[in-house]
Amino acid sequence: MKESMEKRIAGAELPEKTRNELRKYLGDRSVTEAQFKRILDRVVREYQNTRIEACEAVGIVAAQSIGEPGTQMTMRTFHYAGVAEINVTLGLPRLIEIMDARKAPSTPTMTIHLKPEYAQDRDRAREVSWQIEAAPLHEFGDITIDMENMQVVVQLNTAVCDKRKIGVETIVENAPKKIRERRHYRDFECEVHADRALLLFIPKDRESYQNLFQLAEHVRNVIVQGIDDIERVVVRKEEGEYILYTEGSNLKDVFEVEGVETARTRSNNISEIADVLGIEAARNSIIDEALSTLGEQGILVDVRHLMLVADMMCMDGEVKQIGRHGIAGEKESVLSRAAFEVTVNHLLDAAVANEVDELNGVTENIIVGQPIQLGTGDVKLIAKPLKSGD
Amino acid sequence: MTFHVLDHIMVPEHRIMTEEEIGTLLSTYHLSLDQLPKIFHDDPAVKTVKAKPGNVIGIIRSSQTAGRAESFRLVVKRPKK
Repeated sequence: MKESMEKRIAGAELPEKTRNELRKYLGDRSVTEAQFKRILDRVVREYQNTRIEACEAVGIVAAQSIGEPGTQMTMRTFHYAGVAEINVTLGLPRLIEIMDARKAPSTPTMTIHLKPEYAQDRDRAREVSWQIEAAPLHEFGDITIDMENMQVVVQLNTAVCDKRKIGVETIVENAPKKIRERRHYRDFECEVHADRALLLFIPKDRESYQNLFQLAEHVRNVIVQGIDDIERVVVRKEEGEYILYTEGSNLKDVFEVEGVETARTRSNNISEIADVLGIEAARNSIIDEALSTLGEQGILVDVRHLMLVADMMCMDGEVKQIGRHGIAGEKESVLSRAAFEVTVNHLLDAAVANEVDELNGVTENIIVGQPIQLGTGDVKLIAKPLKSGD
Repeated sequence: MTFHVLDHIMVPEHRIMTEEEIGTLLSTYHLSLDQLPKIFHDDPAVKTVKAKPGNVIGIIRSSQTAGRAESFRLVVKRPKK
């Protein structure tokens, strides 16, 4: 391929993908100048033909294209999504969750990729997983309730601590602090014997057994290692590297963990992505999640429809839900409301509130008997009067 | 260790547009500034490129259909709840 041709391909009004395909196709072929011109012209013309026309009702097309295959979805499917024993909501419930822009999905999960030096070694991957998986205190030693002296005795197992790469001092320091801060339980005192790896918790009220058992419950379940929101971590080898799958999601804290490859780590919590990575990442995530939810059920929806939906949801800088009343926050016309139910009341209320109807929608325009603003109806004809002598 | 928002695979390239670029953008598409999609001033990606409310952010997405797609967002203050 000659350089002049390359230049003309780069300058042509074509999407990048088509240009690359054209380059690939012409790459090792010898074409004459005339042939090249014909090919390029034809490709450009075909591209122009495939473009959606102005004023086309793409929203309706998207709604139908997602809605119809959506009726084929199995309604309640909870599935072990390829990953051992991690339960993820899929199918229709998940699709509804995405469109509703819920603050938290019913089954938040993360896929955590590791830095190359950690991703090859199972033991090092396990080490990272311990930094992430929330581990309660009872996993690190024996907890006994000493009823004679009214205290809870924690005897830490140093072997477990060593294996999990956490110092006894850290646990001893964190446990009482976390009970106070995270579990909001303050009616106790704590005695620390770091040298013997021993912790004593003494309730303030030394008369009540109920308090003692309550305290023991807190001591047993306080999270001393890992990230609180992440209940479980599964290490799996995929395509030659170890990947962590989690139950529970906390992007911000996971990004701080040593050994995590932040660039490829993702969550299925869209609103969390919007907070941590921004609205553009949220848009991408809506598309990916919706496409994989549909694709998982063998339903093929063109990505353009999902892109439109995601674009509309992320238009105003935050993720807005698409509910059965359209996109949240969009004002509905008085006339279209009146056309639905209790006509007189709606009109009366609108009159009292001095509401203005912009007549943008389809319903309103049909009510007043104007062409709707779609397709040919959206085109205003502008005519230049002929001057004499033209 | 600090992580960079723009390095993440899900975050496309963000950059602040110059006045001149905004002018050509608005005139080619016959737009007014407030017709552009919005992005909040405290959006993590906006904070990394240090854009202020009123700036226009040019976003270069890797599109599944077109390969590469440009998009634009106007930086606005996040409304108080």
